[in-house]
Amino acid sequence: MGEEEGLHQTQFLDTMFVRGLKRKCFDGEEDIEGTLAGIKAIPSYNLQRQSLLDMSLVKLQLCHMLVEPNLCRSVLIANTVRQIQEEMTQDGTWQMINTQSTGQASLDRLVSTDILCRSSRDQAEGKHVPAYGTFNKDFESDQAQDSSETMSTAPSVQAPRNLQSNAWEMENPQENKGNFQKSLDQIFETLENKSPNSVEDLFSEVDNSYYDLDTMLTGMMSNTKMGHCDSLETFSTPTNTASNSNCKSDLNDLDHIVEILVES
Amino acid sequence: MGIHGLVALSSLLLVSCPPKSDAGHQADIISTVEFNHTGELLATGDKGGRVVIFQREPESKNEPYNQGEYNVYSTFQSHEPEFDYLKSLEIEEKINKIKWLPQQNAAHSLLSTNDKTIKLWKITERDKRPEGYNLKDEEGKLKDLSTVTSLQVPVLKPMDLMVEVTPRRIFANGHTYHVNSISVNSDCETYMSADDLRINLWHLAITDRSFNIVDIKPANMEDLTEVITASEFHPHHCNLFVYSSSKGSLRLCDMRASALCDKHSKLYEEPEDPSNRSFFSEIISSVSDVKFSHSGRYMLTRDYLTVKVWDLNMETKPVETYQVHDYLRSKLCSLYENDCIFDKFECAWNGSDSVIMTGAYNNFFRMFDRNTKRDVTLEASRESSKPRAILKPRRVCVGGKRRKDDISVDSLDFTKKILHTAWHPTENIIAIAATNNLYIFQDKVNSEMH
Repeated sequence: MGEEEGLHQTQFLDTMFVRGLKRKCFDGEEDIEGTLAGIKAIPSYNLQRQSLLDMSLVKLQLCHMLVEPNLCRSVLIANTVRQIQEEMTQDGTWQMINTQSTGQASLDRLVSTDILCRSSRDQAEGKHVPAYGTFNKDFESDQAQDSSETMSTAPSVQAPRNLQSNAWEMENPQENKGNFQKSLDQIFETLENKSPNSVEDLFSEVDNSYYDLDTMLTGMMSNTKMGHCDSLETFSTPTNTASNSNCKSDLNDLDHIVEILVES
Repeated sequence: MGIHGLVALSSLLLVSCPPKSDAGHQADIISTVEFNHTGELLATGDKGGRVVIFQREPESKNEPYNQGEYNVYSTFQSHEPEFDYLKSLEIEEKINKIKWLPQQNAAHSLLSTNDKTIKLWKITERDKRPEGYNLKDEEGKLKDLSTVTSLQVPVLKPMDLMVEVTPRRIFANGHTYHVNSISVNSDCETYMSADDLRINLWHLAITDRSFNIVDIKPANMEDLTEVITASEFHPHHCNLFVYSSSKGSLRLCDMRASALCDKHSKLYEEPEDPSNRSFFSEIISSVSDVKFSHSGRYMLTRDYLTVKVWDLNMETKPVETYQVHDYLRSKLCSLYENDCIFDKFECAWNGSDSVIMTGAYNNFFRMFDRNTKRDVTLEASRESSKPRAILKPRRVCVGGKRRKDDISVDSLDFTKKILHTAWHPTENIIAIAATNNLYIFQDKVNSEMH
């Protein structure tokens, strides 16, 4: 018993994470499983922390899928996410993780989270219509600079912000939306892929008319196979959400979207 | 009577709620358990919105071994599922809490609440009925007046006992968020209801308005980092109440100080132990239940891994801390993943405030004797709860020497959780809710003395 306790206190995170994560938390994470199998070592603290962050984001999205989101649970999970994010920015380890695995890998990880969410979201599609409808109105009041942050964020991050705001503020959809977007942006913007790659470059060339909500709502995106389709899904009219079924994030698709938007 | 006597607990009653519908037993999961002030009645609420009340059989010299047993007294549907059209959300009918009112006449009254609406129910007995009306016949039909030749005085004749339950008040539209606690004031005229962000004070006779006495909703919802998890009125001082938060703090408030009790009179908070710090520290510090002792001098709180006794006069730290299942500390990540870390366990005092009780996983529940510092783990299961059988203490082994009948941490069943427990106000009788089964145990020594 004493030995066990000593292990807890000195290597608390390692011990906790190793048992849990190795067996269960890595189910969808092929990259990391491969790494584990390859080197047969205990995952590093940073990796464990990243996995915890991903798991928390999935939970925040899933908790909106339920009939009645449990506010206490949502708040506790969100606080955990904030804690991790704070620690990561303090360490400066976010950049380190990006360089360790390639930019593509971290995007993939976010994508896999996204796929997890999408499958459960599809099940609850009916319930989501009003929520997305609300988010449309929210976005109208946002400024262009907020929009730019929104648009350049990876899809899996887009969804939690949207969903979390609705999970917490069911009573009055018009309340506090602009501010809430901004501060959640602060939480989640560190999750966007900041390493210099083509994702940001793509959007840096797009003019602000891209963020015109009216353009979105005309549904021009609805029939296009595109990357980041989840984020754009939220801005299409409710009747169009059902039509975006099998979109997979792909940098080539991003090119395609941007072309269409800029030309219009 | 200390915990030594309690080890000899024997099963009095095992009730399995019959399935309500073919859809499965989900609706029968017991969601709250509460004895009334004398212990004669025990109320349970379930996920399907039903309330079942049990009554203790009175002492009988003819059958000394039957006394003390609880039998079903009344069953009624308290809440129905509703739909909130504005938010497109269903409002669950699950009974979150039941609180009895002190008995003031022949009738019993209780408050039951789901996520949104609190209801006051009056429970009355009818064991006589009038017979011999002049104008009506036995079936209640009007008599033909020409057949009435003489007048008679109606007489009360005994009938089979009938228990009638009627809703007397419905306290609706008071809460935007989910109600987690209700507590009747010692003045017997008011009660409070708490949701995640607000606490309201109601008068028992007035349903169309309530006073908001605590509001922790921030101006911007994105600043929300803390919610109210439980609250209770002081048992003797009608102006004092306590509420607990998801950050592990307790706030004692005095209603005489101001109308809106946002500023606490006392804040009870234990500083974090830096050696145990992890990403889960905040979650496991969240208080799931708070209960004043019968004396009113102490408070009992339950967080994920411990129960703590606080002295009202000391705000800096609890006076006693008991480990419920510290072996879970190394498994917090798994428990976070499967959501078990968010389970809300309740806690209870015995009548003399000398023993405290709380539930755990694998249908285990734990008792701690505050005087002798001894503790015991018992199991609420069909196998170990044959009538009159004494409960055997259980042990969870965490590695090292393993005794026979020990359970290892890895074989614990986390789906079998005992969240709701209650202790008789004066005697050593406890009620344990294990999913959809209700167990009532009593001290065998106690029962043999009768």
